[in-house]
Amino acid sequence: MDMMEKLEILTASAKYDVACTSSGSDRKGQPGGMGNAVSMGICHSFAADGRCISLLKVLMTNGCVYDCAYCVNRKSNATPRAALSPEELADLTMQFYRRNYIEGLFLSSGIMRSPDYTTEQMIAALDLLRNTYQFRGYIHVKAIPGADEVLLSRLGLLADRMSVNIELPSQESLGLLAPDKSKASILKPMSLIKEKINENRSDLVKYNHAPRFAPAGQSTQMIIGATPDTDFRILTLTEGLYRKYGLKRVFFSAYTPVVEHSLLPALDTKPPLLREHRLYQADWLLRFYGFQAHELLDEAVPNFNPLLDPKCSWAVNHREEFPVEINRAPYEQLLRVPGIGVRSAQRIVKARRAGTLDFAALKKLGVVLKRAQFFITCKGKMLEGLKVGEHTLLRSLMSGQELGRIEPPQYEQLTLFDDFYLAALPAAGAAVPTAGSAALKGGEWP
Amino acid sequence: MFKTAALAYTYDGSFEGLLCCVFESYQWKETPLTIHSDEEEQGLLLESKWIDTDTSRAERVLKSIPLRICTEAEEWVRLGFWSCAPDKEMLLLNFLYLGFTHGRKVMDMLADDTVNALQKAVQQLQREAHLYLGFVRFSVYGPVMAAVIEPKGFVLPVIQDHFCDRFHGESFMIYDKTHRMALIHQPGQQAIIPLDEWVPPAPDAAEEEYRRLWQGFYNAIGIRERKNDRLRSSLMPKRYWKHLTEMNGGSTGMAESKPKLDEGSPLLEHAKSKFKS
Repeated sequence: MDMMEKLEILTASAKYDVACTSSGSDRKGQPGGMGNAVSMGICHSFAADGRCISLLKVLMTNGCVYDCAYCVNRKSNATPRAALSPEELADLTMQFYRRNYIEGLFLSSGIMRSPDYTTEQMIAALDLLRNTYQFRGYIHVKAIPGADEVLLSRLGLLADRMSVNIELPSQESLGLLAPDKSKASILKPMSLIKEKINENRSDLVKYNHAPRFAPAGQSTQMIIGATPDTDFRILTLTEGLYRKYGLKRVFFSAYTPVVEHSLLPALDTKPPLLREHRLYQADWLLRFYGFQAHELLDEAVPNFNPLLDPKCSWAVNHREEFPVEINRAPYEQLLRVPGIGVRSAQRIVKARRAGTLDFAALKKLGVVLKRAQFFITCKGKMLEGLKVGEHTLLRSLMSGQELGRIEPPQYEQLTLFDDFYLAALPAAGAAVPTAGSAALKGGEWP
Repeated sequence: MFKTAALAYTYDGSFEGLLCCVFESYQWKETPLTIHSDEEEQGLLLESKWIDTDTSRAERVLKSIPLRICTEAEEWVRLGFWSCAPDKEMLLLNFLYLGFTHGRKVMDMLADDTVNALQKAVQQLQREAHLYLGFVRFSVYGPVMAAVIEPKGFVLPVIQDHFCDRFHGESFMIYDKTHRMALIHQPGQQAIIPLDEWVPPAPDAAEEEYRRLWQGFYNAIGIRERKNDRLRSSLMPKRYWKHLTEMNGGSTGMAESKPKLDEGSPLLEHAKSKFKS
């Protein structure tokens, strides 16, 4: 089998792994070495699906002894198999890196023989890169659940970021679709990595040159839409992972049917991209906007509204918090206004030191007035001439970009989830298909 | 700030030259209607005043910026000068008027039209520079590597440190075709020099092979069910595609359309002809 064929097979098998970020590590170049790492991360290209390509994302092999129903590489799936040797992998990484195609390597693997053997092969490849080629670029490596602790520790010293995939958002779903994996077997390496990172942090205080263990932290991903888990459950789990395991990122992967299975959505199911998008929006709210999962969803409303983004939904249901006075409100409160993001909130705080801000000024600072206008005052006044009936409010919040982003194929995905979403939506969402005529519970606004 | 004089300043197009225009304006307490470099077309039927570039005058203006405004303002002035903002010279002159009047507070005046326009110009340049950290594509020619870029703003000085640190053991060149400048690096040495023209030589077999593998990887990594051309074009605008190995020939990048490689033809010429047709 020639290199091209191998690369194509092993890339196609790795493509469902979402994380391609190269952020979190800052490392300068060094004489005799090749490369560096930049903490903000760098995207080198974008694939035809619009996802960032930052790392050479491949499997060492797509052969696997496990039989997880949702996975394209499962043992019982008749698919061409290939493997890269540590030497081939290291050479390809160096050659791609030198041409500035990539920021580094994302290495994962199917399970060859045993988790330990697989991990040893991965260590061999990374060792070659780091110690023979003196590669100082980014390396993201998948920890194989079930591998020996000593091996995982060695892997962590060679990589920038480690990740263990949660795969599915609940124990029941795991039991159903991934009988070889359990919640415990996934969480164990995760907490091991967390301990190692903490241990390493205190070592670094004591010894300046202690080798760094996964300096860019750990991340995980889970599949969305293969099982009936609700958004609320997924978001609560996400929040828990950030808090308990100190994860840097939690990624969501809209389930793309790759194998026929009675327990899985049919093969012609479209991936639930809008749902994935909403979860990422909520994830952002957790990480950068000071929101908590239970503020955004609860048992009564366990799923996101497909037509309103999570922040708008929250604002519409918490009108008692508004309007916010732009010239006085603290930063945290500005962040909660729809149409104001991290950048524009920072600019507002800066610019109001130099003078009072009006609506024209806000526009210049990058605030999306179309959304924000309903929730803010400037010098105590709402925007002049603003009509604040239910209709205008909802239409402004969800029209334009929001509706435009839902392209035809994704509309079909909506129909799939119709009952699912609608049952759980607040009145506003349910009435949405009749665009604009939707009425909210609870009278006139404000 | 000063009384507007019915004349244009003409300068040599250098950063020092522009600083001398600022000096001139303060010296005669006059604000020109426009400032342009001698390379630009002069559309206005205005009396034009040639401003000599005098290093000591430029030095005096430059020194006063961090002293009387702040170091961040100096950074903005440099970045603003490299940006492709329309009428950037007048923008910078107006910004400096404000800065020398208000001091460091000018950096907070983001709602002011001048400060706002400069902030946006700086942001645009930094954004483009950041994209180029990823979008530069080197070709390896034996012991040296070279890349061609066509940025709107003059990004070479912004990306210089990054590439010199990353490939500090390599000899490489990044050629900016728009501004006809090149960043040249050899271990221990680096410079940005004017270079009128440069045509990449034909790639050798090894180079061809790695390009082909990269294209293969690119085509395999996209998920067909999630194909989203609009999203891709907004994250990686089409004007960059011309010099991206994986987009060569304008293929849409899904597995069914493997890009063809015309043996022997230089990458650049190949891309050019594809774009014209």
